Amino acid sequence: MTATARGRDSVATLLRGLVRWETLLLLALLALIVMGNALSPYFLTPKNFSNLVAALMEVAIMAVPMTMVIILGEIDLSVESMAGLSSAALGFMWAAGVPLEVAIPVVLLIGAAGGLLNGLLVARGGLPSLVVTLGTLALFRGMALIVLGPRGVSNFPEAFTQLGFGDVPGTVVPWSFVIFLGIALILGVVLHGTWIGRQIFSIGRNAGTARYSGVRVTRLRTGMFVLSGIVAAFAGVVLTSRLSSARADAGAGMTITVVTVVLLGGANIFGGSGTIPGTVLAVLTIAVMQNALRLASVSVEVQSIALGLLLILSVLIPTFAHQARTVVDRVQRSRHQPADAIAGEHPPGTGTEEELS
Amino acid sequence: MADAATPVRTGRRNWLLAVGRQRELSLLAIMFVLGGIVSLMAPQFLSVDNFSQVAVLASITAVAAIGEALVIITRGIDLSVEATIGLVAYAVARSLELHLVDPLGALAMGLAIGLGLGMVNGFIIAVLKVPAIVATLGTLSIFRGIDYVIAGPDQVPLAGLPPGFAHIARTDFLGIPVFVLATVGVVVVGSLLLRSTRFGRQIYAVGSNPEAAAILGIPSRRVVFTAYALCGALAGLAGVMWVIEFGTINGTAATGVTLAVVAAVVVGGVNTLGGSGTLAGAAIGALFLGFIANALILVGLSQFWLQAIYGLVILLAISSDQIIRRGVQRANTRSGTR
Repeated sequence: MTATARGRDSVATLLRGLVRWETLLLLALLALIVMGNALSPYFLTPKNFSNLVAALMEVAIMAVPMTMVIILGEIDLSVESMAGLSSAALGFMWAAGVPLEVAIPVVLLIGAAGGLLNGLLVARGGLPSLVVTLGTLALFRGMALIVLGPRGVSNFPEAFTQLGFGDVPGTVVPWSFVIFLGIALILGVVLHGTWIGRQIFSIGRNAGTARYSGVRVTRLRTGMFVLSGIVAAFAGVVLTSRLSSARADAGAGMTITVVTVVLLGGANIFGGSGTIPGTVLAVLTIAVMQNALRLASVSVEVQSIALGLLLILSVLIPTFAHQARTVVDRVQRSRHQPADAIAGEHPPGTGTEEELS
Repeated sequence: MADAATPVRTGRRNWLLAVGRQRELSLLAIMFVLGGIVSLMAPQFLSVDNFSQVAVLASITAVAAIGEALVIITRGIDLSVEATIGLVAYAVARSLELHLVDPLGALAMGLAIGLGLGMVNGFIIAVLKVPAIVATLGTLSIFRGIDYVIAGPDQVPLAGLPPGFAHIARTDFLGIPVFVLATVGVVVVGSLLLRSTRFGRQIYAVGSNPEAAAILGIPSRRVVFTAYALCGALAGLAGVMWVIEFGTINGTAATGVTLAVVAAVVVGGVNTLGGSGTLAGAAIGALFLGFIANALILVGLSQFWLQAIYGLVILLAISSDQIIRRGVQRANTRSGTR
């Protein structure tokens, strides 16, 4: 390869680094903050920050393991129902006089069991996770309804409701935000800094290759669904605490937002790529966006339309960016073709390879 | 399943194969046995009135399930059907209340809106290449949002509909409810379309092996687009039926129906990995679910069980399919016919 070609490559790498998804997301976040500030003087007040973040924390907590599940090339649609089942079970036990120190671990165990069911059917049964978790989406919600029925349980102790409701003393940071950051930090380190994370990425890129390289694909897949179930159950606990009420319909409709957050955070729906920092940025972006829309008195209904559009766009934009890049690369390459056309450097196959990528 | 047609000699496998191949018949057999038990517990189950009530209610799910089956056969999924049904139901009911359309016009309007929404899905999936799960999860949110925006807190009361409109659901023709006849009509036309037309064969080809279909020169994009468009149109028809059946419509109509529709398709034997299944199966699946819902009420179990049972039915159906599929594969490798 010639020196000019090498120089061109490094420029391209630099450009690619600059237009990393996370960078774009950060810019969008800053733009939204500036816009929100222009919309209302309350936008940048600490109390508003606290409110806007607290309302999204259950979604945010569930989005962290969902990022890992999606990187694996799977999806877990059942998280919202698991949060509901967790809330219902917690309310049921509390109403029956079980202390919370016992009830919360039991609820997390239920989450693990539900996740194990998903994991076994997907990883061992070889069934598509989309349909399996659509089934458990109905099953868990149905179990929540059976456990608690239409009633709500709401006489929780104040110490518990502080968890989802209150701020860390002396600050405006909600406890639930601290919990979310904690979960994101731990799972972020696991995903980006350990062999478990590397194996998750390798399964997402090519499960067959991963299996032949000695990755325990089945075990890891099952484990990720169990993790997703436990964390979803925990999100149900946080939700119950924030609403100071346990209900069977808690969390209904949250899955769409969770998936939107993860895909907006740059995870590839086909698996193989994605980052926890991206997901955290996406949580903040959506929180700020929802808040800005609310301050601009855009109705909840229109917000739901915006969320749907955002979900589709978060897949479309990277696809288009990729296609545009391929086209630009091809144009560049064809322009430099005469100089670079040394025999053997451009085998006939190159063209089709580009089209396939 | 093409390989299911190869002869297998092992006895147990034969039994498995028979069950696997005859999903419609086995469903009917299960319904027959369960029906016997339920009628012992609640004799009113066996009345003609009850049967026609079950069939009329199941017809709405069945029509939507037939559209969903088309999409699932192409390896896709449409999670937005409930929003399409809800949006069409509200738009049609409101237009009827305002005397903008007559009942026949309402039917055409429902089909047209449904077709339009289905084409939106088809465009996003087939042309823009967004995975079906993301696209239809997004349009679920968008269509429902539009429904909420149009409807606001208002509802169209039963009294707002033209007199006699709501009676269509109860009208009989030769002793059979009109809804059931309409559903049978959709099944027959749809099955002929799948069996005997080029488009029908292409739907199965795209679903069972997209790469091979592409090599054969099948226009997969057009086939997939058409499947989603038809799914939308049928959801539109289901939306009109929803208005006729329930009369009072607000912005939340049909919330949660997608699960029942997918459950009907899956329990009706349509393979979730694409490429196989019949429309009659999907319709019988809807009847099966309607039958279970009815039995629950008659036996005195709370409606709250229904949601859990839908989930359980989905999981059982896909697991048993998988067990049969693996059994078939194992039998085939053993007898060397593979």
